[in-house]
Amino acid sequence: MYVSVKGGEKAINNAHSWLSEIRRGDVNIAELNIKQISEQLTLSVDRVMSEGSLYDKDLSALAIKQSRGDLIEAIFLMRAYRTTLPRIGSSKPIETSKMLCLRRISATFKDIPGKQKLGPTFDYTHRLLDFKLLADGEYEKAKIEKYDDKEIPHVLSFLNKEGLIQKEIPSGRTSKDITRNPINFPLTRSERLQSLSRGDEGFLLGLAYSTQRGYARNHAFVGELRTGYVEVQFEIPELGIEINIADVMFTECESVNQFKGSKKIPAQFTRGYGLVFGQLERKAISMALVDRSMRWREFGEEYLGVAAQDEEFVISHCDNIQATGFLEHIKLPHYVDFQAELDLVRKIREEYKKNEQRT
Amino acid sequence: MKNESRKQWLSYLATADENYLISLWDNLNMKIEYNWLREPEIGSVMVQGKVGATGDNFNVGEITITRCSLNLDKKIQGHGYVQGRNKYKSKIAALCDALMQTEKKEIIKRNIIDKLIKYKNNKRNEILSKTEATKVDFFTLVRGEDK
Repeated sequence: MYVSVKGGEKAINNAHSWLSEIRRGDVNIAELNIKQISEQLTLSVDRVMSEGSLYDKDLSALAIKQSRGDLIEAIFLMRAYRTTLPRIGSSKPIETSKMLCLRRISATFKDIPGKQKLGPTFDYTHRLLDFKLLADGEYEKAKIEKYDDKEIPHVLSFLNKEGLIQKEIPSGRTSKDITRNPINFPLTRSERLQSLSRGDEGFLLGLAYSTQRGYARNHAFVGELRTGYVEVQFEIPELGIEINIADVMFTECESVNQFKGSKKIPAQFTRGYGLVFGQLERKAISMALVDRSMRWREFGEEYLGVAAQDEEFVISHCDNIQATGFLEHIKLPHYVDFQAELDLVRKIREEYKKNEQRT
Repeated sequence: MKNESRKQWLSYLATADENYLISLWDNLNMKIEYNWLREPEIGSVMVQGKVGATGDNFNVGEITITRCSLNLDKKIQGHGYVQGRNKYKSKIAALCDALMQTEKKEIIKRNIIDKLIKYKNNKRNEILSKTEATKVDFFTLVRGEDK
């Protein structure tokens, strides 16, 4: 049992004043504004929106500023704000095949309809610090070329046609919103994906890496990775008209995994799926790998007892706000609890001493 | 009034860059009388994805939305459902939606809706042409050992 403490108001207020001052930093240096953060620290902003589970760039930038750049603290602020919003409704399912792509690559097929487009990527950079950025204002302009404005089909739909890959067909099962209903294991795949999409990038990366190193024997290829804007369609309740209510950036990853077949299913490729807000491809790939490793039961694969296969382990620990809330609470005063422990240890030691004297 | 065209203008209003929409509206300098049916309120919409892009639906996360509804007179109502948390943007959208149902339709269409369409098309073209410039043709090399 946690017994609360009282007092400390003055110290707490003063601590928060200092926090405010130290957040501002050296006043001789210009203060950051929200637009600078949302325009120039875009990938931090994307991460906070993804794990905060709320797509709003200005709020995300504000949260990053308020948290002094501590992204988990910023995600906490987003989540707290999110809970205050009345839910107006649910969108129609998005069509990622109609994405306005900034980037679209496949590691499995070289020549694909719609072509491979690298987009603004860190890939193929040399990872050398660029000291030019220390100086002011210089940047290269993006190049432009003529294009065909055609829909870019999903790469895996070509494997689909040959029957070489497991198809994703709606099962008609309804899934619960995990933000509104308690989580009961086993979960549907939809519930797992909701949880992974707002899960901690670092945690998912570690788990995905573990599957690559052999914990779950799960060699994945990136069948397709795409980043871009998708129209969100929503039906206006008063009118019954479906409108494009928002344009949202997503990163989607479809992984391809070999599968030697089972009693139920002939040999074919199987899939893992990742879909996240923003340009977060490390997380989208991680999500796809972890999604795939949790599907062992569906394909009649062996359960090897590893973390990435265990949905209860993965889903219960992937939420960094839940995790940090529980972890960080142990630094708050636990004087009464600890006093009880202290009394107990003293009592045991006294009894031990008495027994020693007797012998 | 066809639903299809209303769907179109509501969509461009909803996804408009807020500063651009506000400047277009303010430049028109229209004084419009209206009554609130619902004052602007901020809320969220849960975005659904599909498992593996084609399977069951799942909840990806929420987006912020602002909505309001108003009456121009007893007959004409406007609804402003917009992306983000800007109440003024939502009000402008509702006013435009209402005015698009009146004889002021042409003014709103020409000075706002058409410009929003152009703005969005320009953005789209910009992305597509930059993406195209990063189109890559990888080729695989045969290594020497099989000779």
